[in-house]
Amino acid sequence: MELAKPFAMSQPSISKHLKVLEHAGLIAQGREAQWRPRRLVAEPLKDVSEWLEQYRQNWESSFERLDQYLDKLQRKEKKNARKKK
Amino acid sequence: MPARKNDPAKVTLPSDREILITRTFDAPRRFIFEALSKCEHVKHWWGPRGFVITDCQLDFRPGGKWRYVVRKPDGAEEAFRGEIREIVPNERVVQTFEYEPMPGFVSVETLTLVEQNGKTIYTVRSLFNSVEERDGMLQSGMEGGMNETLDRLEEYLPELQGAAVH
Repeated sequence: MELAKPFAMSQPSISKHLKVLEHAGLIAQGREAQWRPRRLVAEPLKDVSEWLEQYRQNWESSFERLDQYLDKLQRKEKKNARKKK
Repeated sequence: MPARKNDPAKVTLPSDREILITRTFDAPRRFIFEALSKCEHVKHWWGPRGFVITDCQLDFRPGGKWRYVVRKPDGAEEAFRGEIREIVPNERVVQTFEYEPMPGFVSVETLTLVEQNGKTIYTVRSLFNSVEERDGMLQSGMEGGMNETLDRLEEYLPELQGAAVH
């Protein structure tokens, strides 16, 4: 109920979204009297952000070498253009 | 080392089955197209840090195959391969990508080059067969990266030990 309040969405739709998040292991459901408090399970999100960062770094190291190589290609072309004149 | 000119690469996940990489280069796009269409150039830059291309085959035409063998920092060799599907010179390349230790997990990469004021925005959109295959790719990068880090640590250890003795 409380979780649904800030959203322009019906209670059943909110429950559906919560179920998806729970199934994905991103929230956990507790039990307190008539309440069903949910808490965020952030660990899997951290994993994803670490994988992404590592993947990004692998590409970035290629790209940094490409930066330098492009400088070289451009310099070479300028030199050849001067020779032709 | 020259001062860094370009913003680092950005990685996003536009859908469950995709990875999108964006990076700007300080060169007209024809140079980038040249750098990725011939082995003599590819050998100079392709692959994560510490990886060396030991064999490069690239038949750069639609339907042509490519295969790069790399030597990893630990000395082991492995290969990547694929097929070129589409080429629009200086603009767009579509190719398949497969990591040979994981045969059958084939993704499709669409590479786009957009030139603006002499700079080029380079994007690669990788489309995987399933969310599991995509996430597997992200995780394998993590492992490779961790190994690289550990290798560097290993190299650094004798130095640390030497410092402690003095």
